[in-house]
Parts: sequence; C-alpha cells; structure tokens
Amino acid sequence: MFPATYEYLRAGSIDEAVAALAEDPDETRILAGGQSLIPMMKLRFAYPERLVDINGLHELAYVRRENGHVAVGALARHADIVASDDVTGAVASAAPWVADPLVRNRGTLVGSVAHCDPEGDWNSVLLATGATVVAQGPNGRREIDITDFIVGLFENSLDEGEMVVEVRIPVPSGPSGGVYNKLERKIGDYATVGVATHLELADDGTIAAAGIGLTSVVPYATKVTEAEEMLVGQMPTEELFADAASATAAASNPHTDVRGTEKWKRNIVDVYTRRGLASALDQAHASEPTTGSTA
Amino acid sequence: MTDLTTSTAVTVTMTVNGVEHSSELDPRTLLVDHIRTGLGLTGTHIGCDTTSCGVCTVLLDGKPIKACTMFAVMADGAEIMTVEGLKQNGELHPVQAAFKEKHGLQCGYCTPAMMLVGAALLEENDDPGDDEVRWAISGNLCRCTGYMNIVESIQEAGAQMRAGSNGVEADDMELQDEQTDADRPKEATMQEVAE
Repeated sequence: MFPATYEYLRAGSIDEAVAALAEDPDETRILAGGQSLIPMMKLRFAYPERLVDINGLHELAYVRRENGHVAVGALARHADIVASDDVTGAVASAAPWVADPLVRNRGTLVGSVAHCDPEGDWNSVLLATGATVVAQGPNGRREIDITDFIVGLFENSLDEGEMVVEVRIPVPSGPSGGVYNKLERKIGDYATVGVATHLELADDGTIAAAGIGLTSVVPYATKVTEAEEMLVGQMPTEELFADAASATAAASNPHTDVRGTEKWKRNIVDVYTRRGLASALDQAHASEPTTGSTA
Repeated sequence: MTDLTTSTAVTVTMTVNGVEHSSELDPRTLLVDHIRTGLGLTGTHIGCDTTSCGVCTVLLDGKPIKACTMFAVMADGAEIMTVEGLKQNGELHPVQAAFKEKHGLQCGYCTPAMMLVGAALLEENDDPGDDEVRWAISGNLCRCTGYMNIVESIQEAGAQMRAGSNGVEADDMELQDEQTDADRPKEATMQEVAE
C-alpha cells in the first residue's frame, strides 16, 4: 500500500516548519514519527497535499526537567520516554505500554497528543497529570492546557498554522504517584480499556490533587472531573477509592464490540481505577516529600 | 495544489549495510519498498503492511523500526542495516549462527526481522532474560508461533558473544565458506541492480 502523492518538505528550523504550515494549513501536515499519519495515508484515510518533515530538527529531541515540569520535545520518541529517568508516575508507567518496541523507536509523544486518537494512550495520562501543550505558530508561542487542547475525536484546538513543539508535565512538589493501567489484546494493540490515575498528597496526608483520565472507553480522551473532586481534600481510604472508581465507571461510555461487552468494560474501568489509585497512593507514600521540587 | 498523479522526486542518500546509495525517489516510496525494489535487498519482508507484524524490520541508526511505516525520504542521511548486513567478512553474525543451531525458525518468514531485533537487543544487553527477549520481540509476530526457539536462539547468541566467539562453530565453517562463495556473485548482481 502506498499513499496518494504529496509534496515533501524537509524543515530546517521550527520557523521554517511553521511558515510552510501557514501557507496552506488545511492541506499541510507535520511529519514527526509518522506512526499514525503514515498508516492513515497508506489506507487513504488521510490525503495531505504537503508533509513537512521535522525529523531533522534534533533540537526538539529532548525529555528533560526544567522549572517544575518535565518538558518533552516534538521529536522525543516514545522510547526516549521509556529510557528517561526524569519522568515518573503515570507517564513513566504508560511509556512501555504505548504500541510496541519498534513503533516506540519512531513514534513521538507530541505527535500522538496532537493526533488526538481516542485510543491513543498519552492524552488520558496527560489529562490525569495536568499537562500543558506548547504550540508555535505565526504569532509566536502559547501554552494550552491539555483539557482545552483536546476538543474531540481526532480534533485539537490548534489555530491554523500552529504546530505543537513541546508538552509539559508538571512535577509535583509534594509526595505523589501515578499509574496507567491498560488492557490490550496483544502488545502493540490499542487499549480496550485505559485508565490513568494520579495523586498528590498534602502534609497532613490528605489528597491535595487527583487526576483520572480515560482511554478508549469514551468518545475521546476524557478527564473524570466528578471522581477527582470526590478525592481532593479527603483522607485516602479504600472506601473513598471504591466510590471514586464507581463514579469513574459511571462516567465512562464504552460500547460493546469484538473486544468485550459494555458492562464488562465498565467493570474493568472500575477495577483499574481502584487499583490505579491504590498504586498511586503507595508511590506517594514511598516518595520523598521533596521529590521534584528542585527541578 | 499538488498534482494528484505525480510527485516531485526527492534526492535521498542513505547508507545501507555500509554501502552509500543515492536515489531520486517519489516521496511516497516506503522505506521497505525502496530497500526491496530499489536496492534489491529482498531479505526485508513485507507482511501485514499495517505496522502490526514487524517482518519489515530494519535497523535505523542501530534501532529496530518498521520499514513499512516510514517514507524512504525520511531516511536521508541515515545508516540502515538489513538482514543482508548481519554477516561480516563471510561469517555469520552470532545471532544468525544461533538461529541455525537452535532452530529458531519454522517457515522463516519472520526470521530476518527476529534476528535484527535480537542483534539490536544484544548490542545493549548481551545476557537478556526470557522476559527481556520476549519484550524486545513483542512487536514482531511469528505466525508459526515458534517463539520458544526464537527466544533460545537470541539468548544463545548472547552467550556466544559473551564468550567472545563469533558464533560459528568449527563444523559450520566449511559450510559457511561454501555459502560465502555461492553468495558472492549474487551480491554483485544485487549491487548492479542497486546502481
């Protein structure tokens, strides 16, 4: 299979890529890892008239801690995140479960985030951890909260001519933990159910912040605000986690298909949320209170 | 508006198995097609063509990737290794010798990819446990389901590398020499095709 014809441009700088994008935003796509875009083009689901290849922009290939967050550049591969000691919690937990090792060597977190595939793993993790997206366009750079960035099925809130250059994942200053639980039929598959959980504790042991994000069991990656609100300010207990898990399962909207029934998937959401919160709490208790504060 | 029937050719230079190739390519040429059809290196196979099975694996700057999910133009300036590049100076790579010794194949279709993934793993860790090998090959499907012997073969290659052996046993050398001689004209032919 090969895609429809397109014009190929190799970007020599971010500015050049943005300028090429701005010329004809509707028909131009940024090509980073290509692990989603190329299959879509091969299947003729996507017909961009022009691709702007940013693989030469090595300055975007970074995963690093700075100013209280982990910054992931547009050319950081999933494998770079797996290998990084700077990522923790739900992000570190999710990285080895994205696709398979070969796809992880090419695919990028930023590309996956921008793609907004409802079955992509990263967006629910970023919703749970409160990440922001840095976009660059003809009018310069701006930061977009991930909740504002994801607006629909394969749909983000980028303005015309903008590209994502970085994703920023906050590093909590207090004890924290997080995990991504994914049910897949085989390695490399999309999630049948994906639940990202994240907890931060206050000095008195109560929950200072909570994040829950869903993959595949919702029309597009979704933050479960109602369950998060149940957790914040409370002392963590099994009962509390069970209530939050029930609320998360109720907020999910899975469909019966070849992978399983709606009821069964909803039950998995419940189980994974409970397990995820318990595991996040264990990590938070094990983590030093100062972890990340000097980043 | 791009012409729907033709694309402007792009000059692409890549080093494949140590040999530099410069080609004028339609940007939509997939890396696997360039390697097979353009360069005549048919050891790289095409299976599912949908980024699932991994039989099109090649090493891109030492890392295994799926060549059906990369445009050849994206490999400009890159070092590619295909299964044909594993053998050095007429001697099998330890991973090739171990696949032969441990019968790490049934139909053989996934074998080039499995060997490349194994070779890349052993570069980083020459003593991988079962789980590490299985994790490394998890993006590669063997539809004969001959995974047990594949895992053993990769571990055996690691053992031979740790022992400093090139992996070719004495009784294999004779056969190896014959194969080398037999291979030479074929390689030359492929070279001509490539040029």
